[in-house]
Amino acid sequence: MIPAQFSYRRASSVDEALSLLTEHGDEAKLIAGGQSLLPLMKLRLAAPEVLVDVAPLDELRYVRLEGDEIAIGALSRYQDLHGDPVLAEHAPMVAHVAGSVGDLQIRHRGTIGGSLAHADSAADLPAAILASDGVLVARGPSGERRIPAAEFFLGPFTTPLEPDELLTEIRIGKQTGLGWGFEKFTRRAIDWAIVGVAVVGTSVGLINMAGTPIRASAAEAALASGSSPAEAGALAAEDTSPVDEPHATSEYRRHLARVLTTRALTAAAA
Amino acid sequence: MKVTIEINGKPVSEEVEDRTLLVHFIRETAGLTATNIGCDTTSCGACTVLLDGESVKSCTVLAAQADGHTVTTVEGLAAADGELHPLQQAFRNQHGLQCGFCTPGMIMASASLLAHNPKPTRQEVREGLEGNLCRCTGYHNIVNAVIEASGQEVDR
Amino acid sequence: MSIVGTRVVRIEDQKLITQGGTYVDDLREEALTGAVHAMFVRSPIAHARISSIDTSAALAASGVVAVYTAADIDLAQRAVPPVAEPWLADGVVRYVGEPVALVLAEERYQLADAAELIDIDYDPIDAVASIDAALTDESVLFEEFGTNLVQTNGGPLDDKAFEGCEVVISQTIVNNRVAPAPLETRGGAFAWGTDGRLTVWLSTQNPQIARTTIAAGLGVGEEKIRVITPDVGGGFGAKIGSDPEATVLGWAAQRAGRAVRWAETRSENLVSMTHGRAQQNTVTVGGRRDGTVEVFRIEVVQDAGAYPRALFLPTLTELMATGVYHFPKVETISRAVVTNTTPIAAYRGAGRPEATAAIERAMDLFAAEIGMDPAEVRKVNYIRPEEFPYQTPTGANYDSGEYAQALDKVLESSDYQALRAEQARRREAGERFALGLGLASYVEITGGDAGGESGRVDINPDGTVTAYTGSSPHGQGLDTTLAMLLSDQLGVPMDKITIRHGDTDEVPKAVGTFGSRSLQLGGSAVRKAAEEVIARAKELAADLLEASPDDLELNVDEGAWQVKGAPSSGTLSWAQLAAQVEEPLTADVWFGEGTPTFPFGTHLAVVEVDTETGKVALKRIIAADDAGPVLNPVTFNGQRHGGLGQGAAQAMLEVMNYDADGNPTTATLADYSFISATELPDFELVDIATPTPRNLLGVKGIGEAATIGSTPAVHNAVVDALAHLGVKHLDMPTTPIRVWQALREAGAAQAGQ
Repeated sequence: MIPAQFSYRRASSVDEALSLLTEHGDEAKLIAGGQSLLPLMKLRLAAPEVLVDVAPLDELRYVRLEGDEIAIGALSRYQDLHGDPVLAEHAPMVAHVAGSVGDLQIRHRGTIGGSLAHADSAADLPAAILASDGVLVARGPSGERRIPAAEFFLGPFTTPLEPDELLTEIRIGKQTGLGWGFEKFTRRAIDWAIVGVAVVGTSVGLINMAGTPIRASAAEAALASGSSPAEAGALAAEDTSPVDEPHATSEYRRHLARVLTTRALTAAAA
Repeated sequence: MKVTIEINGKPVSEEVEDRTLLVHFIRETAGLTATNIGCDTTSCGACTVLLDGESVKSCTVLAAQADGHTVTTVEGLAAADGELHPLQQAFRNQHGLQCGFCTPGMIMASASLLAHNPKPTRQEVREGLEGNLCRCTGYHNIVNAVIEASGQEVDR
Repeated sequence: MSIVGTRVVRIEDQKLITQGGTYVDDLREEALTGAVHAMFVRSPIAHARISSIDTSAALAASGVVAVYTAADIDLAQRAVPPVAEPWLADGVVRYVGEPVALVLAEERYQLADAAELIDIDYDPIDAVASIDAALTDESVLFEEFGTNLVQTNGGPLDDKAFEGCEVVISQTIVNNRVAPAPLETRGGAFAWGTDGRLTVWLSTQNPQIARTTIAAGLGVGEEKIRVITPDVGGGFGAKIGSDPEATVLGWAAQRAGRAVRWAETRSENLVSMTHGRAQQNTVTVGGRRDGTVEVFRIEVVQDAGAYPRALFLPTLTELMATGVYHFPKVETISRAVVTNTTPIAAYRGAGRPEATAAIERAMDLFAAEIGMDPAEVRKVNYIRPEEFPYQTPTGANYDSGEYAQALDKVLESSDYQALRAEQARRREAGERFALGLGLASYVEITGGDAGGESGRVDINPDGTVTAYTGSSPHGQGLDTTLAMLLSDQLGVPMDKITIRHGDTDEVPKAVGTFGSRSLQLGGSAVRKAAEEVIARAKELAADLLEASPDDLELNVDEGAWQVKGAPSSGTLSWAQLAAQVEEPLTADVWFGEGTPTFPFGTHLAVVEVDTETGKVALKRIIAADDAGPVLNPVTFNGQRHGGLGQGAAQAMLEVMNYDADGNPTTATLADYSFISATELPDFELVDIATPTPRNLLGVKGIGEAATIGSTPAVHNAVVDALAHLGVKHLDMPTTPIRVWQALREAGAAQAGQ
């Protein structure tokens, strides 16, 4: 219930955040909304010695149309994205997924940057951004780098972000007019997805079917060669490694992946 | 560190441990005990308050992060002359509480729900309150209360 | 016009919706200034010998006042017959969550820091994590006792009992272990006064029983303990009396010479507050193709958890095994075993939901076997109204019942025939979303402890009324209902009536709240006390008005005594009467004439099952719950709603799950599927009220009834949804994976034919 002791440092600018990270190195962890980090700290599954709070950085909270791309500030909160008019028109799948995370209280705090940096394969937005072929912009002491989503999720809770880097922006191509679908299978509405599927165009992102969010490549290939949603959906579980748990065996998860992908592809085609 | 939070219109200032959770700042430092703690996994919503007017689970916010911000709890809902907020009235009228433990958080979550969606359907109320657990009521009368507070007719 | 029977919003609510309730952790009593905070360190392993405990680092940690283990506690051991339960684990731990050490620290935030520094070496022993494992006795929890079997009852069973029956069906049914999980976890505050008395502020359903238990545990007279119960955030049976922790904390407060405050976390609560249900029941039904059941047998096995604190549960299941039915021949037998899991105790229904879940599932299985509609089969076998009072073969004496009427009202209200037609249409069309209809008819026993309750009524000098009840409500709205009754009887407006409860110094003798007893027994006690006050007041008023008592009446509209038919010849208000007499107008009674009463009803659940994924959606639940005359429809229906929610939760969603090593896998509120608003529909309540002659109010208890009916209704509905695909039974909770697996097995079985 009570986290281990730590020192709290509040950043008033991106530069200050970076210099605090550099100063404290491995001992420090960034906190934005805290809706992923604080629960872990309260159970003492994480115990950083220094927390660098970037939540006040309003300059990283935006959604902008830039030519054929959409630029999303990393500190945009789920609720901001859910109601954003630019996303509603040009990336409705992402707006919808942001609105399905957790509950309203969590959506008022949690950020897209926090979700992606946390890299939980059971979370919703990572798969949505992966399906969107997003590019993640990270800034560190040596400058900025752009990491394609396909190279960002390295393993469970593991990304290429260095301890002294901050995610500042997520860029996705416009998805205007593309069919989309999202299926999130849970026991209760508030639960993490047992399995989830995010579809935009012919891209299929899978939630909780491996240690990272993944693309359903076999299904995508089938779609590319003209398969129907059902035919493609039948291949959704290829090359996946879902966890085996009492309430959801890996066999059941594979079945769900097939069913849900078919449903999401059918919705996208409609 | 020194944390100052305006709670229900009054500034509360104290030197607290950096790890102090907002809910403990509200309950212990400010002495406002209506907001309750029902779990340790951000699941139950009993600790829900408004932070800058938006519902948050105060057990999953550091007091340090609320420093310089405003918090509203159920104790701050009624008018200065004691007139109850429509949600308070409605929860009583509709028997939307039994033991009362989840109620402050439920009311604050409902306030935020209605701010986003002033005329929700019953299903939208249920979905909007997915983060608030109640063991006593079975939720039916809570939905009634929010519908009444929104000015819509309660027909169940 | 009488206020009784009308909708009255609760007097409890003004405080709860503005300042919030005052629960134990909210208390700011002077006696608790400077109190230390307490935390129990609990076993992370299900079964092990404790080879060493090193508390030295913890003792040196910042703010730590004391660290206690079993070695420090000099109290006599606590018996949980046929074994004993240590105050803190002594040499062996028997469940994940068992308290092993107690830390006291100046600040709440220092506790977990200190607890982390306690070094405990555990030497694992093979864990017994299931009933089946327990029955083998391969690993035994209590070496001296020698077996895991701690109780047997009932029987013997007759091998030939089912000979001659046209149809015999049998099924083992799991009644899943659930966590009561009231929103307020357990907590207390403990302060020894300079007068040598211990004051305990406790979140409990029974302050007087808690006082007795703590006094016994500490080895002191009851007069040395005062228990005060502030607002309680839900109990559901799991806060009956007091848990061992309370005694240990009272002891620790004395040893440390400091007041102590305790508030467990939710994760602690989920593994160390007692769990509910956890039975395995084998039912066998023998009968005729016309629907008549001739023989019913139930073999109950109760998982008692690590310490058998509530062995009445399986015998209560046996008592209520036949439900609403008249069965010519009945056999019941029960066993209870200990396992390396959290101890089991009462949880909303306590033994009766298990009985109802078993018999109602059995009736549906029998109906399916003979191809008869489940509603018809029930009707064939109901006890008829003219048979009451009805003595069951199991020894229960039912007071009154209109079982067919309850069923008919539900069938009519739900338009059952139209639902069956819709189900048939979907099946014909091979639709993905299958419709399932589940019935459950139930009867349950309330006030079953057959104890009494205390009630006291004082007319204050200013004419207001203060009443004291031995009941200890924690959300039921009893203050409002009692105030309504008194207002009706005495003619005093409700806002001039105060109801008090929860302080053993104010109410020394009482039983408290459990088993849905409070209105029928506590209410009857208050009614009786008011009657005595009225009787005495009549004599005194007669004196003052110089009239014969027979000529006097209490005008309840005015709250005044007057001569019948001649009010102008003098009236005396309660205040005037109180001012003019020497003696206090008071009565303090014990209502001990109550006997158990038997509320009953029928529920119909309508579910939709996504046959591709197995997900179950509860679309409707139509409930008729009869607990006699309804004194306040607001609180009465609120109890039904809450019960419907919890009962449906057990059927569809909730289970406290353990792995084979006794590790709980659903030990946080994120993992345990505590039902939320999105999984429940609006409830449809049907009115029915059959009085009982067994108490002064003619009422039965409603607190647990709806929980009892809804679980089998929802369970039966899910099986019914899948019946056309070959599924005959699956166990609760009917989670998506279980439904999916049942469909696959049935499909494979059908394919293999």
